[in-house]
Formats: sequence, C-alpha cells, structure tokens
Amino acid sequence: MAFVDLKGVSLTYRLGKDTTLALADATFGIEKGEFIAVVGPSGCGKSTIMKLVTGLLPPSGGEVMVDGKKVKGPIKGVGMAFQNPTLMPWRTTMNNILLPMEVVEPHKRRFRSHRAEYVERAMKLLKTVGLTDFADKYPWQLSGGMQQRSNLCRALIHEPELLMLDEPFGALDAFTREELWGVMQALWLEKRFTGVLVTHDLREAVYLADTVYVMSRRPGRIVLAKKIDIPRPRTLATTFEPHFVDIVHELRDRIHQEHAP
Amino acid sequence: MTDLRREALKHAMPWLFLAGLLIVWEVSCIVFQVPEIILPKPTKIFAVFFQRFDILMAYCWDTLWTTTVGFLLAIAFGLLLGLAIGASPFVYSGLYPLLIAFNAIPKVAIVPILMIWVGVGSLPAVITAFVISFFPIVVNVATGLATIEPEMRDVLRSLGASRLEILTKVGIPRAMPYLFASLKVAITLAFIGSVISETVGGNNGIGFLMLSASARNDAPTTFAGLFAIAIMGVAMYAVCAMVEKRMTRWAFRGEIVA
Ligand SMILES: Nc1ncnc2c1ncn2[C@@H]1O[C@H](COP(=O)(O)OP(=O)(O)OP(=O)(O)O)[C@@H](O)[C@H]1O
Ligand SMILES: [Mg+2]
Repeated sequence: MAFVDLKGVSLTYRLGKDTTLALADATFGIEKGEFIAVVGPSGCGKSTIMKLVTGLLPPSGGEVMVDGKKVKGPIKGVGMAFQNPTLMPWRTTMNNILLPMEVVEPHKRRFRSHRAEYVERAMKLLKTVGLTDFADKYPWQLSGGMQQRSNLCRALIHEPELLMLDEPFGALDAFTREELWGVMQALWLEKRFTGVLVTHDLREAVYLADTVYVMSRRPGRIVLAKKIDIPRPRTLATTFEPHFVDIVHELRDRIHQEHAP
Repeated sequence: MTDLRREALKHAMPWLFLAGLLIVWEVSCIVFQVPEIILPKPTKIFAVFFQRFDILMAYCWDTLWTTTVGFLLAIAFGLLLGLAIGASPFVYSGLYPLLIAFNAIPKVAIVPILMIWVGVGSLPAVITAFVISFFPIVVNVATGLATIEPEMRDVLRSLGASRLEILTKVGIPRAMPYLFASLKVAITLAFIGSVISETVGGNNGIGFLMLSASARNDAPTTFAGLFAIAIMGVAMYAVCAMVEKRMTRWAFRGEIVA
C-alpha cells in the first residue's frame, strides 16, 4: 500500500446551514519517497487536500491513511508550508524557523542544550533561500516573498518524512522561484522525503514532481494523473526541451477544459 | 524647523491647557470672592500641598501600596482565569455570564461587607482594588486567546504539538498585547477601588485623609488630596502604558520612519 492513501475522500465545509462541498471523491496514493504536484483552478480544494492528509481536518467521507494508519488527528513528522505564511509576529525569523525544534521529537529534548547547533542548521537553510541577513528581523519587517521563504525554511528544518508545500513560491519573482526549484530538487535528491506540492505554475509542477495530479473545478476531483518520466536532476535547460514543453502543454490543455464551462 | 516646533507644541498642549485651567480657576476665585471653604484657590491648594507634603506622602504611600497589591493580585488571578476561559469553551460558557453579572454590581456596595469580614484597615482596600480591576484583565486575556487565527494554531497542530504547547507557544504570546492593554484600564480601576474603600470605611490612605479633612471643613487639604490622587493616577497609568509599549513591541509593529 502507498505511503499516503486517499480512498473516496470528500470534504464539506459547514458553517451553520451554509455548506460548501470543497472536495469530492479524491482517490490517489503517494508512494514513500515520491514527490507529487497538485494543480487545478483556484478554489478547487487543493489546500483542503493538504489539511486532510495532515489530519488538520477530518474528512466528511472516505478514508485517509498515512504510513498504514488511518488518520484521526494531526499526524506527527510532517513539515507543512501553509499557503499564507503563518509566521508568528512575536518571534524573529530565526526563532520562527526553530519553532518545530521546540515541538518535534527528538529535537525537542535536545533543543535547549544544543541550541547553537540548531541555530547553525537554521542559518544554513536561511542561506539557501538568501535570507542570512534577516535572521534577527521580525516577520513584519520582511517582504511577502521573504516571509514565504522563511515559511519554507520552517517546514524543512526538522527534515520531515512528509513535506506538504502549499504554493510555497507563489509570492516570488520568476528568478528566485526557479532558483528555489533547484534547491528543492537537490534537497529531495539528498533526503528522499515524500513531497506534496500545490502550485499554479505548471512548469514548476513538471520540474519538481514524479506525478502531477490535475483537479477539476470545485467540487474538486482528480481528472488526470500524469507521470513525469524526465530523469533527474532536471535543470532550467530541461524546461525548454520539447518533451518537457509537451507535458506542460498537455496539462495546460486539460486545465483549460476545466475553465471552459 | 516648523515641523519640529509643531511637534513640540503638540506635546506642550496638555500642559498649556492645564495651566490655562488653573489660571481661570484662580482668577474666578478672586473675582467672585469664592469662600475658601467652598473652593480654595489653586495657589492656596499648592501651598497646603507643599506645607503638608510629608503627611500627604505618608497617606499616598498607603493608597499606593494597597492599590499595587490589589492590582498585582488582579493580574495573577485575571491571567489565570482569562487563560482558562479563553482556552476552554466549557469554562467560557459557564463562567462568562457570571462574570458579567458580577461586574454589574457597583463595587462600592461590597465595601461594607468586606468591613464585616475583615474589619477596617488596608485589607478592604486591597480586596476592593483587586475585585474591581480583575474583570477587564480576564475579559481581555480571554479575548486574546479566543481570537487566535486558526492558521496559527494549525502550524503547531501539524507539528504534533500538545494542547499545552499550543497554549504556551501561541496562546500566551498572542494574549500578551491584550493583557497589557487591559492593564492601563485595570490600574485606574484598582486605584478607584482602593480610594473608594478608604473613603467609605478606612482608617488610612489618601481617601481617608480627604474624608477627615472635609469633616473638619478643611477644604484646601481636601483639594490637596484630590491633586495628589490625580497625580498618582496619571503616574500609574503612564507606567502601565510604558510597560505595554516595551513588552509588546511586535504588536505595534515598530516605528517605520528613519
Ligand atoms: N474554512 C473554510 N470554511 C468554508 N469554506 C471553505 C473554507 N476553506 C475553504 N473553503 C472553500 O472550499 C473550497 C476549496 O478551498 P481550498 O482552500 O481548498 O481551495 P484551493 O484549491 O487551495 O484554492 P487556491 O488555489 O485559490 O488556494 C473553496 O471554494 C472555499 O470557498
Ligand atoms: Mg489553496
């Protein structure tokens, strides 16, 4: 069985009498060490899927399994970068990034005594995203893109087995973004975590993922699962190769069908 | 330069108004020949203020410490209760209506009861200060907790944090600006509480001093006491406002100008 397994999962948001069917009948599996991308029109339930997989939301129907166990509450060992960078305004960037270390075992036990070591680790991460000079700044002193990069660092620092990224590069300029694709890929090649990436950028999806899932409009269903058979490491040059471009076009056509009523 | 001057003028305005008020007061007392026993002239009040400075200080000191002790108790108790109410919907629905009802009782009404229980002295003042000032603290802390962005909580939940960790890492820091904002209100109330208690049934404190001075028809001393109260009240408020600025810089998002 797959590492992450969704069987007929649906979700209805409810507020009093007001209900929204956000996700309908999602069925797919993610192998251990696989990196998948989810694309689809805005509001189709991508963020919802992320919250279902990590157990932040209970499904209204169907079943979510992670690592062979049914998900009943928030699961451990996840790194999650939320769509809007939810950094804590009372902590500096550094302390925000170190937050998982204060909560997640086994780091939690060692954190106080080995603080310097963890700070160094965080600094290394900050360096890869180009934020070395901002470690001691507060989140509200950072730009939107900088906040997003810090957010990414926080998701990565405890080297989670399962990494959930909800549009982590959305607020970045094209150059920084492409640079971070490289960083992300290198990290994955080294650690081989299981990754889920939500994005609106099809090139990004094809660059990073083993499988790209295309979702329909709300209520979201998975309408296409596209295996990306391009060998790694992929480079920026790869993104201009005909095969890469063909895949992007195929995905784009499929999403266009979703937009046309 | 003109900008600077405007800024300086803005800061001087309250003092100018105060001075103006005192002058109008002084002049009207002279022009209308108001008897001193009804409304003494400010100059007379200040004269008495400095003449009896030692006595005033002694009584002020009494009020100051009863207020402070009551206030500190209110912070400790208010924080705990506020956290309990904010963190648990059950405690919230159980206690909140009772708190509102309790807050609706005019606190001066409890002073006689306190006197039956603990006699006269400093204790009723401390208790009144406490009782009257813990309410805004409780409400503010509870509000701070109850309005945490769910996303913020989700960050910790997704890391597998326990309820206690969520409370200490998000709840409490998030509630702090609310706590500190409530302190300004609470200290003023605590001060009102202790002075009320001294006035209704005390044997020391500035409230008692004013009461006994007025019983002797000593209007200047009564007014000197009023001035002392005003100064103390403003000073305590200023201290709380300063602490608030210090402790919750992030909530004010710093100053932008270079
Ligand atoms: N907390 C909520 N309460 C009620 N409805 C919600 C809530 N969160 C999301 N929804 C609804 O669920 C649907 C899916 O939302 P979701 O956030 O999963 O979309 P998304 O695919 O992530 O969109 P985007 O690409 O714009 O981020 C939307 O129609 C939205 O209105
Ligand atoms: Mg989303």
